[in-house]
Amino acid sequence: MSKMNGAQSLVNALEAAGVDVMFGIPGGAILPAYDPIFDSKIRHILVRHEQGAGHAATGYAQATGRVGVCIATSGPGATNLVTPLADAQMDSVPVVAITGQVPSAAIGTDAFQEADIRGITMPFTKHNYLITDPADIPRAIAEAFHIASTGRPGAVLVDISKDALQKETTFNYPKNVSLAGYNPVVEPKSEAIRDAAALITQSKKPVLYVGGGVIKANAAKELMQLAEITGVPVVTTLMARGAFPDSHKQHLGMPGMHGTVAAVTALQKADLLITLGARFDDRVTGKLSTFAPNAKIIHADIDPAEIGKNRHADVALIGDLKNILIALNPVTKAALAKTSQDLTPWLNEVYGWRTKFPLGYDKPSDGSVSPQNVIERIGKISGPDTIFTAGVGQHQMWASQFIGYEKPRTWLNSGGLGTMGYAVPAAMGAKVGAPDTTVWAIDGDGCFQMTNQELVTCALNNIPIKVAVINNESLGMVRQWQTLFYNQRYSNTDLHSKRIPDFKLLAEAMGCVGLRCERPEDVDKTIEAAMEINDRPVVVDFNVHRDAMVWPMVAAGTSNDDITVARSMAPVWDSQEL
Amino acid sequence: MAIHTLAVLVENSPGVLARVASLFSRRGYNIDSLAVGQTENPKVSRMTIVLNLEGHALDQVSAQLFKLVNVIGISEMKDTSSLKREILLVKVANTDAAKAVVNKHKAVIADESKSTISIEAVGKSSEIESLLAELKPHGIRELVQSGLVALERGDQTLADRTLSTMGTANESDPNSSTADYQN
Repeated sequence: MSKMNGAQSLVNALEAAGVDVMFGIPGGAILPAYDPIFDSKIRHILVRHEQGAGHAATGYAQATGRVGVCIATSGPGATNLVTPLADAQMDSVPVVAITGQVPSAAIGTDAFQEADIRGITMPFTKHNYLITDPADIPRAIAEAFHIASTGRPGAVLVDISKDALQKETTFNYPKNVSLAGYNPVVEPKSEAIRDAAALITQSKKPVLYVGGGVIKANAAKELMQLAEITGVPVVTTLMARGAFPDSHKQHLGMPGMHGTVAAVTALQKADLLITLGARFDDRVTGKLSTFAPNAKIIHADIDPAEIGKNRHADVALIGDLKNILIALNPVTKAALAKTSQDLTPWLNEVYGWRTKFPLGYDKPSDGSVSPQNVIERIGKISGPDTIFTAGVGQHQMWASQFIGYEKPRTWLNSGGLGTMGYAVPAAMGAKVGAPDTTVWAIDGDGCFQMTNQELVTCALNNIPIKVAVINNESLGMVRQWQTLFYNQRYSNTDLHSKRIPDFKLLAEAMGCVGLRCERPEDVDKTIEAAMEINDRPVVVDFNVHRDAMVWPMVAAGTSNDDITVARSMAPVWDSQEL
Repeated sequence: MAIHTLAVLVENSPGVLARVASLFSRRGYNIDSLAVGQTENPKVSRMTIVLNLEGHALDQVSAQLFKLVNVIGISEMKDTSSLKREILLVKVANTDAAKAVVNKHKAVIADESKSTISIEAVGKSSEIESLLAELKPHGIRELVQSGLVALERGDQTLADRTLSTMGTANESDPNSSTADYQN
């Protein structure tokens, strides 16, 4: 077996793991690895900040379903990966991070650029490694990819000391990974499948509560089958937008803090939630003790720890969602052929709510541009094959509400961690993974100023993404809360970003095309102009009305029963609905 | 509040104690005691964790713990089906009265000087507590406790069950309020 150094062994292992692209920045401790990377068939994209590398790996993974890879040096390089790794872990995205570490003899001495990144990332990685012996590198890489991509996907970090990269070793990539403490259950138990089907046949007010797990498991087709077998209305969470077509007649939209009245209310009034790859997150449930008070719960998830974490499950289906649905669909169909309830009154009720309380927005009375309209028009003009990413805040909620999603993996956002600055680097990663697909980053002016430097990376590496900066010159969601809950005292939310920076000039300085839109009548033609540009990244500065708010809203910590459709305006229910 | 004892088999790898401690800390679980040491298999360590649970179901704690890649198996150690012992070392003033307490509790004087005696006791938690209560009036100078360790009674071993079988929660065990988590 031929001799090589640990660095070459690392690159060989990454190639053996099937890596085709990675995002990173070199530095002292990881430098030995960058020498063989120079000759590798793996495409390395040199980013401008390690946070960008991490989010790009996440965007790549969410768009393609493959493991995203980022690489950084020790100390600050590694700590800059902290946010994207926490982000990926919260949203169950398969990401592997490689970091250089100071030489093993220096570990623990507060050496230059030393940070205990294994210790730091322990709480928000699925697993992590510190490797100081080059012989351990191939096994650690094989295990990292296995752990990141199987079971409930997540982030895995492999920290490798510089001397381990430099020392001589032999390359031996394991054919199979076997871990004593890691054997995710993928096949559901047949008795649980029968119990779930029985509950479905008994329910008069069922709802399919669909989470991001359906997308992770590539189970959208099987979900459609279940929906059509049962006729049950569907809600898709923020992480599940696209798992079920928005245009489908059974779709009620997104539940949660800014969900549709129909989706939120259907969950509240249901007698059965068929929960698929969702986790009863506080943004969905509102005040947990008042959530869906009359509903029995079927909870299907790959992660046994999600069962009963927030809400007791009457039937737990533990396993891969695709396998669960493949097993559940025929059993449910057969059970419904014997026993079924008349869902008509329930369907009339929920579809009535959908008709009565549609998503909507008012055009600004002062003739300025409506942010919701911009986002809605981008969705319409670019179409359902487009991949959309978003930052975090008002623009994210509007992008979730007003772009119609028809396909899985077309809506990428930071749902769990709520990471501002996610949109641009995630769009970069998505475009690298799906180069023939149009990728739009819907960003806010606050978010954009956190990570826009990756547009330089995009411009230099032929990654022509499109960015819509929804510029309301403020930290809009925080401002909305100040409007509603802090007596309109706008402490530190005014960004002045219609004045400084000039986003059009900034875009051009970074090698992108910069466009600006300030009038409602220019919205469509500006979007169309952006659609025409495919040889460079393009940034559109949409100057929008700053007082637009996200509705409906369930205020934090309150009950979903107290949803408001506009400021101080609860839905007017018919008396029998209350 | 409910006290539970978990036996946890973990890979004997660097950082595993930190992983377990970090999990308990970030999820707000209260540890009463934690004892850890090597087992008959040098690749495997065993932790005995005594938990004071309020508002967290034991199943949820076990499930979260089992998500750690280095955790191989978990089982609750019930009072009725397991041996539970603690070690106490305690230094008190060297008096006849203190020695009488030692004799009464069948503890051992492991070290003696003119002014102090160091007492060694092994026993159930209740026995250790009662010894300590009786020693208290005699002036405890210093004490150290091992934390509880626990072993199932009978022929069955946790290692046999967790290292030889595949799958997770063994829900069929009617004697356990929580499921055994095994690989």
